[in-house]
Amino acid sequence: MQETLIAAAERRASRDARHDRSFRWMLAGAGLFVLLALGGAALSMLWGGREAFATFGLDFITSSNWDAIGQQFGAWVPIYGTLVTAAIAMLIAIPVSFGIALFLTEVAPTWMRTPVGTAIELLAGIPSIIYGMWGLFVFVPMLAEHVYPWVDANLGQWPIVGSLFAGPPLGIGTLTAGLVLAIMVVPFISSVMRDVFLTVPTRLKESAYALGSTRWEVVWDVVLPYTRSAVIGGIFLGLGRALGETMAVTFVLGNAHELSTSLLMPGNSIAATIANEFAEADTDLYRSSLIALGFLLFVVTFIVLAVAKLMLRQLAKREGS
Amino acid sequence: MSSDLIFLKRRIINAVALLLSACAAVLGLAFLAWILWTTLSKGIAAFSPTLFTQMTPPPGEAGGLANALFGSLMMCLLATAIGTPIGIAAGTFVAEYADRHWVGTTIRFVNDILLSAPSIVLGLFVYTLVVRPMGGFSGFAGALALAFIVLPVVVRTTDDMLKLVPSQMREAALSLGIPQWKVTLQILYRAAAPGIVTGVLLALARISGETAPLLFTALNNQYWSSDMSEPIASAPVVIFQYAMSPFEDWHALAWAGAFIITVFVLALSLFARLVLLRKRVAHD
Repeated sequence: MQETLIAAAERRASRDARHDRSFRWMLAGAGLFVLLALGGAALSMLWGGREAFATFGLDFITSSNWDAIGQQFGAWVPIYGTLVTAAIAMLIAIPVSFGIALFLTEVAPTWMRTPVGTAIELLAGIPSIIYGMWGLFVFVPMLAEHVYPWVDANLGQWPIVGSLFAGPPLGIGTLTAGLVLAIMVVPFISSVMRDVFLTVPTRLKESAYALGSTRWEVVWDVVLPYTRSAVIGGIFLGLGRALGETMAVTFVLGNAHELSTSLLMPGNSIAATIANEFAEADTDLYRSSLIALGFLLFVVTFIVLAVAKLMLRQLAKREGS
Repeated sequence: MSSDLIFLKRRIINAVALLLSACAAVLGLAFLAWILWTTLSKGIAAFSPTLFTQMTPPPGEAGGLANALFGSLMMCLLATAIGTPIGIAAGTFVAEYADRHWVGTTIRFVNDILLSAPSIVLGLFVYTLVVRPMGGFSGFAGALALAFIVLPVVVRTTDDMLKLVPSQMREAALSLGIPQWKVTLQILYRAAAPGIVTGVLLALARISGETAPLLFTALNNQYWSSDMSEPIASAPVVIFQYAMSPFEDWHALAWAGAFIITVFVLALSLFARLVLLRKRVAHD
């Protein structure tokens, strides 16, 4: 009687162990799948773009001759456009986001902080195609009519930087794309900044206040040094978005493959080139060139996001210790 | 006297900085309100019930977005159905089995990169992985591309939510001799459910407006199609095509579509937050 009971218990225990093992392997398989997804994405695009890399070599990056009919593909124009639009976006978005985060954590009355913060988080979730449509139908005509003629007439006359701002007021162009991108990434960066500002221990801030610091001095000399790495992480997160953003810039960039110094002229970006031309790519070399562009974009954003992640982790580590 | 001057200078700097910060907040919110207002006003002007019953028209004819909305619905649901179970499983692995192990740290790191990776890149990935070998664009490929966007969101929220479950709960259950898989399925998931549901809803909100990855996977279709192995229309791609066209009536349809997507995304995000909020209240 007792022996059968023990045998039953043992059978049960070994069955449980078996189930536990298979459950564990199933979960590990899913975890492995996540790793494979990223690796697979990189490798498949490298594979898809091999023809372009093999044909053009380094010229693929340095040449600005993108000629679909002559089958010559040099991607310097979209690469340049991606970098410039992202730079304009960050130039505007960083101070504005910092201001919003400062406002939400130190300046605004307490009752205002949660609703405004939530509103900004919700706006971060609006699809980028909406930003693109607004840019094309509302922002572009306004800029072309009221802002760019003034920019051309005034900033365009300046020495050295003048050539950046001279040009016909078309409305669409590199500068517009940078502005729309800035509006898009502000909610991302400011909500990350707000979250990291909130992690600063209250006693640190109160000590500074007790010594007679003004609010600005507390933010600049206590909050910002404490959260520096995470703030940079948040900025890189926004940069990653700005570099890879497709729909918002495709609408307002103008899809031009000529390199021009003026920011008012139409330009291109890696993502916009792929989105605009993939459907028309009729030869293997053309398609391969577009996939190779995607690979370049992936590598650049991977590096930017990895830096962002490492920076953000530093603060988390200190929080944990 | 000079200390008074320094004090005055510090106060002026403080006032200017705080004023600038308030200006930044007003500026940022004004632009975002402007965008939202444009979408709502132009969308409502073009809105009509026939949007949901008629097909996407050729230029110059009346029509709706029925096939595009249906295609979007099918692909989003399928993407969520594919991404959610794998995401929950991977998130559980990271939180419960590989936490603080280098495998778990690596998966977390890679997942966070996938979370912010440009969606157009995921579209190209699925193109080379599925569309090219299969020899054609299809709704399945589109859903798969979207599933790669759902996956990291679900992994992240599952991981975060399971970490919030107190370890006494695990220890109490395990000490009763319950096998770990049962503890996970019947106790941990029950405690973390509202958070995981929020993650899934936010992922759904995110993919319902995604355009870029669908351009080279699901392509587009002018007609009603429920065959997922064929090219299928989707609301964002139709909006993109119509907005970029020179036709006024197509622009109106694009705004109507933008309005529907925006309202859907905002409502879903708000609802997702409420789910999480209710959980917090219940626990306190």
